[in-house]
Amino acid sequence: MSDLLAARWLFGISLAFHIVFAAVGVAMPLFMVLAEWRWRRTGSAAHLELAKRWAKGTAILFAVGAVSGTVISFELGLLWPRFMAFAGSVIGMPFSLEGFAFFAEAIFLGIYLYGWERASPRLHLASGAVVAVSGAASAFFVTLANAWMNAPAGFRVEGGAPADVRPFAAMFPPGWSHEVVHVLLSCYAATGFAVAGIHASFLLRDRANAFHRAALRIALGVGGAAALLQPVSGDFSARQVAAVQPIKLAALEGQFETERGAPLRIGGLPDPERMETRWALEIPYGLSLLAFHDPGAEVKGLRAFPREAWPNTRHVHLAFQVMVGLGSLLAAVAAAGAALRLLRREPPRWYLRAVALAGPAGFLALEAGWLVTEWGRQPFTVHGILRTADSVTPVGGLALPFAGFTALYVLLGAVTAVVLRRQIARAAPGGGP
Amino acid sequence: MTAADLLGAALLSALVLYALLGGADFGGGIWDLLASGPRKAEQRALVERAIGPIWEANHVWLILVVVVLFTAFPPAFAAICIELFLPLVLLLVGIVLRGASFTFRAYVGSGDRAQARWGLVFSASSVLAPIVLGVVVGALASGRLGAAAHGAATLAWLAPFPLAVGLFAAALFAYLAAAYLAVEAEGALREDFRRRAIGAGAAVFACAALAGALSWREAPLVFAGLTRRSWSLALHVATAAAALTAFAALFRGRVRAGRAAAALQVALIVVGWGASQYPYLVVPDVTLASASAPRAVQVALLWALAAGGAVLFPMLAVLFRVFKGERAFSVVDRSR
Repeated sequence: MSDLLAARWLFGISLAFHIVFAAVGVAMPLFMVLAEWRWRRTGSAAHLELAKRWAKGTAILFAVGAVSGTVISFELGLLWPRFMAFAGSVIGMPFSLEGFAFFAEAIFLGIYLYGWERASPRLHLASGAVVAVSGAASAFFVTLANAWMNAPAGFRVEGGAPADVRPFAAMFPPGWSHEVVHVLLSCYAATGFAVAGIHASFLLRDRANAFHRAALRIALGVGGAAALLQPVSGDFSARQVAAVQPIKLAALEGQFETERGAPLRIGGLPDPERMETRWALEIPYGLSLLAFHDPGAEVKGLRAFPREAWPNTRHVHLAFQVMVGLGSLLAAVAAAGAALRLLRREPPRWYLRAVALAGPAGFLALEAGWLVTEWGRQPFTVHGILRTADSVTPVGGLALPFAGFTALYVLLGAVTAVVLRRQIARAAPGGGP
Repeated sequence: MTAADLLGAALLSALVLYALLGGADFGGGIWDLLASGPRKAEQRALVERAIGPIWEANHVWLILVVVVLFTAFPPAFAAICIELFLPLVLLLVGIVLRGASFTFRAYVGSGDRAQARWGLVFSASSVLAPIVLGVVVGALASGRLGAAAHGAATLAWLAPFPLAVGLFAAALFAYLAAAYLAVEAEGALREDFRRRAIGAGAAVFACAALAGALSWREAPLVFAGLTRRSWSLALHVATAAAALTAFAALFRGRVRAGRAAAALQVALIVVGWGASQYPYLVVPDVTLASASAPRAVQVALLWALAAGGAVLFPMLAVLFRVFKGERAFSVVDRSR
């Protein structure tokens, strides 16, 4: 394994691990504060119990997220020092603001978790709300830095270094808005469905349980709304990517030729040697229509770009198909749930089973979407400016830390799962196992 | 005062706060490892109660240091990450294991063998992290990460001086933690931590003497800074006065005064390190000026830090008010 590959694997594993906890840290505080708010308004005991149980889950997941996020902030330099030497000053602003958002999260989560008796009811509820808002703010700022790597702006390159840096222009590069919206919605959708899936599986055994019913309403209410909005945000993303990063659009759609009235390909396998995508279901004019809202619009193909600037089209296209497929599935489940609620029908068994099965789909879609944007930017760290191969550390023997951290993450992931399982097993008041 | 100097001061202030807050949390873990005597379980319970609500917030100071460093002085961040690759990886392992095991221990369920195991991971990583952090600081100050090392990870940190600074850091954090815990405990438990603070204070003194002596040969610039600058004497006098006050107060059972003096002493030690190495970020060839990001970035960052600080400090005040009582920072020991 080359050091470049080891560095990419290590950073990839670290982010793939952290991103789950980060997303939970965005959405879970909202759920717990909604539960507490409901309890304070109605006095419903199930909601108080729910707020306390969810707060415990949040505590465990937030702690693992905080330390795995620390690993990432150091790994930026440990693995990609040349990238940081180049870009640190330009993307430092969103990271600095993220630092303060993280402070707010950690401070008020401490008050929320340990302050049920010590803080006044108003301070307690407000603390939860601050955690929810600052969690979203953290994700907002970090995603801005990622948007800059996709479409760098706010500086000139002079003698291999950034010059004329305008930190606030760099903070909002072209295409920032779609990425931020898409990421935030994905956090709520993924966490909402994961939580709803757990409670739905309990409800399948105990339909009348007030605790799990309350949980399902909140988690599916937020997660389902996000899942229904996500296709709209995806359409917005497609149009911005088409305008800002045409090569990424071509890669994720498996579009090799530049053509008018390009078809939308569902599935299929891009073959970069023969420059065609085989076995795809093609919907005529679909891509032109989606990317430009015009069936005759010209879509740039990969051949319009030099070969050495291509990302791995197979990886990008497949990850994109997985993301869209799972996202559509979640949207369908959410739509069914919305219809049931409009008809004021109790969730039937088939629906609970669908929610339970859809539980992991949100996080799988989120991971796939993250891979789309990262793989789609390759072979660059700063698109069009700095190559990944030129960003990596000169330190050798990276396979060893890769192996070590992978083992550490496997251990942490397994233990987190066990501890959460125990918490959930206990959290079945009113007739659980 | 240039923007770079101000940002250097901000970095040092964040490090002081990290030592006083995050450092004491690691120190709590050290006392978890060293818990002994008839009140062993109570000692551990107090540590857990004391750091539970605040360790995550205290940890963010380190993140802030990293972010300010790579925003304001990107080449310095890159150089440090390359040359101190291995100790920084070890630091991360310590940080991850400490935080994760503390949480696992709290939620895994009580009276369990698993809980005891995670407790051991928690305390062992609370020893590892401060030592490695001290090694990193010692290596930066030593001047051994010089020209020969550029562009490659080295083992230059594996030398007596950085290792002595590592022990020094662990002793300092244990000392701080004991001084804080003496205030938060009552009765016999307070006595336990008061005596531990005095013992750790002696260890601090021994480690300081060792590191100081080694710096004469191994970190000449810091040694010169500590002995021959215009402010050296005043700084040493102030540090010594804080140390003596802390000892006297702890001996007489004035734990609040002891806590304040110990915190002042540690703050002065960190400031002394920073001042003696000024204007270097990495001795001997990366300075605040040579590693500076474009001025527009530094000025914008200063504004961001000022705005962030204006929100942050009131939030921290609320946190400590809720968990450390009405007189969270008081130095006066009311007669009981």
